[in-house]
Parts: sequence; C-alpha cells; structure tokens
Amino acid sequence: MINNHSYSMDVDPQMPLLWAIRDFAGLKGTKFGCGISQCGACTVHLDGNPIRSCSFPVSAATGHKITTIEGISDNIDHPVQKAWIELQVPQCGYCHSGQIMSAVALLKKNPKPGDTAIDTAMRNNICRCGTYQRIRKAIHRASELIATDTKKAF
Amino acid sequence: MQTTENINRRSFLKMTGLSGAAFMLGISATGKSAASVVNMRGLEESATLTPYIIIEKSGQIVIMNPRPEIGQGTYQSLPGIIAEELEISLDQVLIKQTAGEKVFGRQVAGGSSSVRGNYTLLRKAGASAREMLVKAASTSWNVPVEECYAENGKVFHKPTGKNIAYAQLAEAASKLDVPKEPTLKDPKDFKIIGKSAARPDILLKVSGKAVFGIDVEVPGMVYASVERCPVFGSKLTSFDDSETKKIKGVLDVVKAERIVFGKNHYEGIAVVAENYWAALQGRKALKVQWDFQGFDKFNSKEYEQSLRDLSKTDGFVVHNSGDFDKAFADSPAKVEAFYETPMVSHSTMEPMNCVAYWQQGDIIEVWASSQGPSLIKDELSRSLGISQDNIKVNIMFNGGGFGRRLQSDFASEAALISKAVGKPVKVIWTREDDTQLGPFRPMTFSAIKGALSTDGKAIAFQHKVISPSLGASRNANYDKSKPDNSMIEGISEQKYEIPNMKNHYVFADFHVPISAWRSVTSSTLAFAHECFIDEMAVKAKKDPLLFRLEMLNKESDTKKVLNKVKEISGWDKPLPKGRGRGVAQYEFFAGLCAQVVEVSHQANGSIKVDKVYAVIDLGTVVNPDNTKAQVEGGIVMGLVAAVKDGIRFENGKSVQSNFNNNRMLHIDEMPEVVVHIIADGGPTIKGVGEPGLPPLAPALCNAIFAATGKRIRKLPVDLSKV
Repeated sequence: MINNHSYSMDVDPQMPLLWAIRDFAGLKGTKFGCGISQCGACTVHLDGNPIRSCSFPVSAATGHKITTIEGISDNIDHPVQKAWIELQVPQCGYCHSGQIMSAVALLKKNPKPGDTAIDTAMRNNICRCGTYQRIRKAIHRASELIATDTKKAF
Repeated sequence: MQTTENINRRSFLKMTGLSGAAFMLGISATGKSAASVVNMRGLEESATLTPYIIIEKSGQIVIMNPRPEIGQGTYQSLPGIIAEELEISLDQVLIKQTAGEKVFGRQVAGGSSSVRGNYTLLRKAGASAREMLVKAASTSWNVPVEECYAENGKVFHKPTGKNIAYAQLAEAASKLDVPKEPTLKDPKDFKIIGKSAARPDILLKVSGKAVFGIDVEVPGMVYASVERCPVFGSKLTSFDDSETKKIKGVLDVVKAERIVFGKNHYEGIAVVAENYWAALQGRKALKVQWDFQGFDKFNSKEYEQSLRDLSKTDGFVVHNSGDFDKAFADSPAKVEAFYETPMVSHSTMEPMNCVAYWQQGDIIEVWASSQGPSLIKDELSRSLGISQDNIKVNIMFNGGGFGRRLQSDFASEAALISKAVGKPVKVIWTREDDTQLGPFRPMTFSAIKGALSTDGKAIAFQHKVISPSLGASRNANYDKSKPDNSMIEGISEQKYEIPNMKNHYVFADFHVPISAWRSVTSSTLAFAHECFIDEMAVKAKKDPLLFRLEMLNKESDTKKVLNKVKEISGWDKPLPKGRGRGVAQYEFFAGLCAQVVEVSHQANGSIKVDKVYAVIDLGTVVNPDNTKAQVEGGIVMGLVAAVKDGIRFENGKSVQSNFNNNRMLHIDEMPEVVVHIIADGGPTIKGVGEPGLPPLAPALCNAIFAATGKRIRKLPVDLSKV
C-alpha cells in the first residue's frame, strides 16, 4: 500500500523501495540522493516511521503501509507544508520531500520538539542549498500550527 | 494575430502524453490563488506582446523565464520584474521556462547574473507590453491614450472608470509595434520589486510535484547506468558483459562516451535496461579492464607539493602599482604566509542525469536539469555535430546547480547512448559517479607578503596565486603564455588603499577536469586574502576591522558593508574568554558581502560556529527574503568547503565517493545566520547567489584565531581538533 493505494509489482525483491515508488508506482516526489542512507532525500514512512527507501528492499515493504510526500495531504495543507511555505524554506527543493517526511514523523511522535529533538530527528537529512535555519524555524512553526489546529488529525 | 507557433509549440506534449494541467496549481495552501508554474506544458493558441509575454486565447497570461531555476529563485524574481511593469500580480500568470530560443539571447544561470543582467531588459519587456495594452484599449474606446492606465491585469479609462481585461486586448495589442523606449515605473510605485514575495515554485517543492530532470518520463524510454573510470585519462582495454546480459530487464550494453568541455573524451560502458535498478545491477555485473596510462600514480599529496614548489617561481605579474619590492624591503614590519585550499565537489542533491532522444533525421530532444538551455545546445552541436536547429531542449527544475550544471557532459553522453539504442534513454548518475567524476572546484594556493609602515599602516602587499587553471581545463587552445584571469579573481580589486601592490599568477598543469563552483575562484582566494589582512592587523597590533577601515578612506561599498557589519554584529562589545569573532569581506565579479563569524572554543578543544552576520550590498533588491535565503545558503556552502572533507586523490582517483566520506553540513552544525541587505538604489545592481560565500572561510578562521590564537592557513580545518 502506497498512500492507501495497492500496487502489485513483478520486480526484483531486492530492488530498493525507492525505485518501486518512483519507477513502478510513478510517484516522483520521493528523490534519489545517495543510495546508501546518508542523505535522507528518499525518506518515506513505513507504518508511520521514517525510513530510507533507497536502502530498503521492496520485498520488506509488502504488507506495510507506505506514505510518500504525495500522501501527506490532498491540498498541500499539512501543517508542515504550510510552515514550509510560510517560511519559504526550499531553494532548489530537491531534498525537501525527504526533509518534510522526516519532520512530519518527528512531529507525530513529539508535537513540541525542542532544538535538540529537531537536531536528532533531522540531522541525517542533508540540504546542499543550506536551508537548515529555515527548516528549524518551520518545524517550530508547524508545531504551533498543530497546537492551534488540534481538530485536524494528521 | 502573431502566433508563437514557431517557438512555443512543442512536440513534447504529444510525446509525453502529459496534460499540462497536471503541472498547474490553482489553489495554494493558504487558500489564495497561487501562481502556476508551466514546467512542462505547451502553449495554447496565443498572442505575443513581447517574446516574454504571451496571452493565450483563454486569457491566461504566460511570462517566460529566461534563466533556469536552480534554487536561486528565478521563477519569482525574473517574472516578478516583468509583472511589476506589466501591472499584474504573479498569482495571475503562468511561468514558463525558455528553451534556448534565439529570441531570448543566451539563457544561462550563472555568475549571479540573472537579476543584475536582466533587470532593465525585463522591466522594458513588461513596460512595452503594458503600453501596447493601454494603447489598444484607448483605440478601442476611441479616447486619448493619456486618459488610460493599467492596473491589476486591466486597462482603466480614468474619467469614466470603465475597464477592460488584458485578455480581451491581447490580439489587438499584439498587432502594435513594440515600443523601443517604454516609460518605466517610478520605483516608489513598485508593488513587487523590493518586496519579500512567495516563490511560486515552493508550492510544488513542498508537495513532491516539482518536476526535476530526474523525474522526466517519455514514452518508450529506457534507463541507463554508465560504468566510467574514476581514474581520469584511462583507456578501456576490454569488458565482459556476459553476466550483465543475464540480468532480467537488461536490454543492451553499449559503449558510451563522456565529453567534458568538448575536448576531454572519457570512455564508458552503458548498461541499458527496462528500469533503473536493472541497469544498475547490470553495471555491477560488468567485468571491465582499464589501462590507467600511468594516471593511477597521481595523488593529491604529491600534486600539492608540486604547487608549493611552484610558489618559488615568479609566474606572471598580474598587477603592479607603486613599488612593492622597495616598500617591502624597506619596511620594519613584514608579514609572510602561505595558504592552501582543497578541491571540492559540487554535490548537487540531484545527481547528474539526463533524458535524451536521438530521433531519425538527427534530431535530438533533451530533458535535463541544466543551468542553461543555450549551454546544452552548444555542447550537443559542438560535440555531436548536430545543427542547433535540430536540438530541442526542455529545462526542468534543477536539484542544485552551483556551477556543475554549466557543463553539459551528461547531455551529449545520454544523446549518444540514445543514438546507439534508438530509443529515448534516461541516464542517472549514481552518487559515486557524481562525486568522483568531477569536474571539481580547483584548489588554489597563495603565497602572500605584506609590510607595514612604522605607524602600523599597510604599505605593501603581494598575493601570488599558484593553481591549476580553469581556462586550461576547458579550452584545448589555452594560451600558457598569458595568465588565466579567472584564477586571480578579485585579488587586485579589493578597495583597500595599499600604495604598493604586486600580484602574481603561477600556472600549474592538471589533468583532472575542473570547473566553476559557486563564487568560482573567490571561494578560495578570499580565504587567503582576508586571513592575511588579519595577520597584518595582528602584526600592527590593531583591531582587524578597524585596520581594514583605516585602509578605506575613500567612500566605497566595501567601507559601507564593513561599517554595517560592525554595527549589526556588535563588534565593539567584547566577547567572553574562549569565544572569538572574525571579519572578512570580498568583492568580485558577482558582488560584495561582508561577514562577521562568532565561534566558541569548547571544553573538548573543538570549535563551534555560533553565529554569522552578513551584509550584502546590492544597489537594488528584487526579493529581500529570497536574497537572505541565498546568503544563508552561500554561508552553508562556504562552511562545508572550509571544514568538511574536500576531494583528495589517491591512486589516481577521488578518495571521496559518497556523503559518508564527502561529508556535508548537518542541521545540528548550522550556525544562526543574520543577513542584512543594503539596497540603497546605487547605480550598479549586484549579484545575490554567490557573494555570500567567499567571506565565510576567512571570517571563520579569523574568529578561530581570535578565540584560540591559532592561525589556520590550510583548509579544510577540522573543527573537532583545532
């Protein structure tokens, strides 16, 4: 299940989930960055937990619930997306699907993270454009948005 | 009606089967209508006012963006300049990337030139279209043109208040002559320029909808991964693809060729497959023999020693004012120092990739993340002998550029593979390919001498640069009898009033391909230059910032940015023991920025970068918030180059291969950054993308000296053990 859709694929079971998502499910929002779990551009959720899809065999994902950047909201209105827009976080934008997926997972577990919790959750998401200061601010802002919008489940 | 058939109709839509609507966003997260981005969409039947402004029959206004979006914000800044004069808001328009059409001139994002190089041109384009629309309205109403004005996508008749939308005027307006000297708006009436505005591409980038080069799919497309030799200069001896061909999904194995700068030809083997994973697996199964031609003996350690040896030669004198030799000899207080910087990789987060289709009749279509459609056309034409008229380029969002995507080696390589297999092909480089295969930012070494007068003023200065040459790397006919001016960027142009100055350039041969990297050679020369100024200040027993200001008696932008950074950083307020601050500035072709870095010496001996204050001087600013973002980014990139691994060669190839050993900055190492913009309407518009980078390394190392007394003369510096 990717974003609540079922896919059946006849693929090499060892193929990383990343390529199944991108080239077989056709969801291009999840990015290839390094192939060795070092940059976080490929971050998706497996049953709500962030994983590096570039190093996760597709066979291990069967029967699990995968969420990609395309699946976190219908109208670009997830609090994290709203905060990212408000603070104009992305530059080239390539790493931000992964950044946002890591941030969404963090806030789900810890709706009011301090800077240390942000560092721990986000330190393995690399941004070459250097948007880290805005990422931090946007996570704090998303936390506020969640607090004032408690009705909305996410 | 003038149609835009010739330049804007694309076979692309037909080929891809993608509907344009898939890439258009109507509603933003805030509920407001948002600017749409026509990333991969043909145009409907339309009227062209100027080449930059097209109004479709449906009424949709399209603004052409002539500089690729590489993260620097051209999807807002350039259409914003046009929209300002056109009297329309950006949320009413579609933005479309140009594709190398001759009418737009050279379309390259580089040198921080997008705004500063197009500001007046784009204002005129917008103003011309506005005047044409106003004239068309006045004609249709049969009223004097002076009684009409444009506002918010409509033309109004002042006395009666009646109005008409641009869409309804488009056809009539498009038949009018384009005014050559339209009246530009008074800057005090600006609604877009100078205001922090949301970038339309950000909606796409927070939702996974932005289409980067790597995301492009075309019907019938196959995938390829290419085995290339990381030892530059090697020749292919033989290869065995019998295991490769057993892998499910592998379609073909063909010889590949990577052409860098049109002159370096590197062999490769392309594994072509139904999907990328199969191509990668097939590549891993290849058995390849390379003849290294002796290049496997090359290593950075010996090469760097050769640069140190070369520093004893004079090279070319590239600047000579006053009498340096005499002033230096006569001075009672002399300073000499030698600085070294590393090679580094661009490491855009989106690895190099390209989709190419070499069609029958020698027509090539390319879809790529690239800093310039013009550059891709040049490369395919030069290297493959294809007429520019037979090359179609589709520029996608770039997942980072930083100078790497000024090279189009990935495009000619993909085109040749497509030719060999007769299908459109998507070539994706692995991170290892991207890290090890360059071109790299070259290292520069600097031998610097300075002398002070008895009252502690700088009276003599000499900066000798020893380095490989960007010109020699990219030009087969490079003239070694002349200095390469790109390697001495800014060293003779700083505003410091030093009466005796003599600068040199010493050329070093290098077989490794090197290229421009964000802020080019200023990214390394500023480190040497501005650290040395600090060393002179120490020798003179003066505050480093005041020492600089004492050399700036005439009014200058440099004096202005230093005074401002002094003010905003609280320079005069002492820091506690164990903390230190350093200052640096650098002026070069792209612009000017000054920075103060604050560091603290931790108990474990490491250095923490606490805070960076930056002042960028622009003359005119288009989008202040985006400008700040660019300076923040330049600071991070400068910090990575100053404190992380860099690229080192052993056994002929880069030791660094991926982000595990070519490390980048992480969020927990990010200093707080405060950016101040000076935009006081000066005559020169300066660049935004690059100037924030060069001052970081020297300001950091000057701060380390202030905190610890240790002078860093060689980068990278390992902050964990200073």
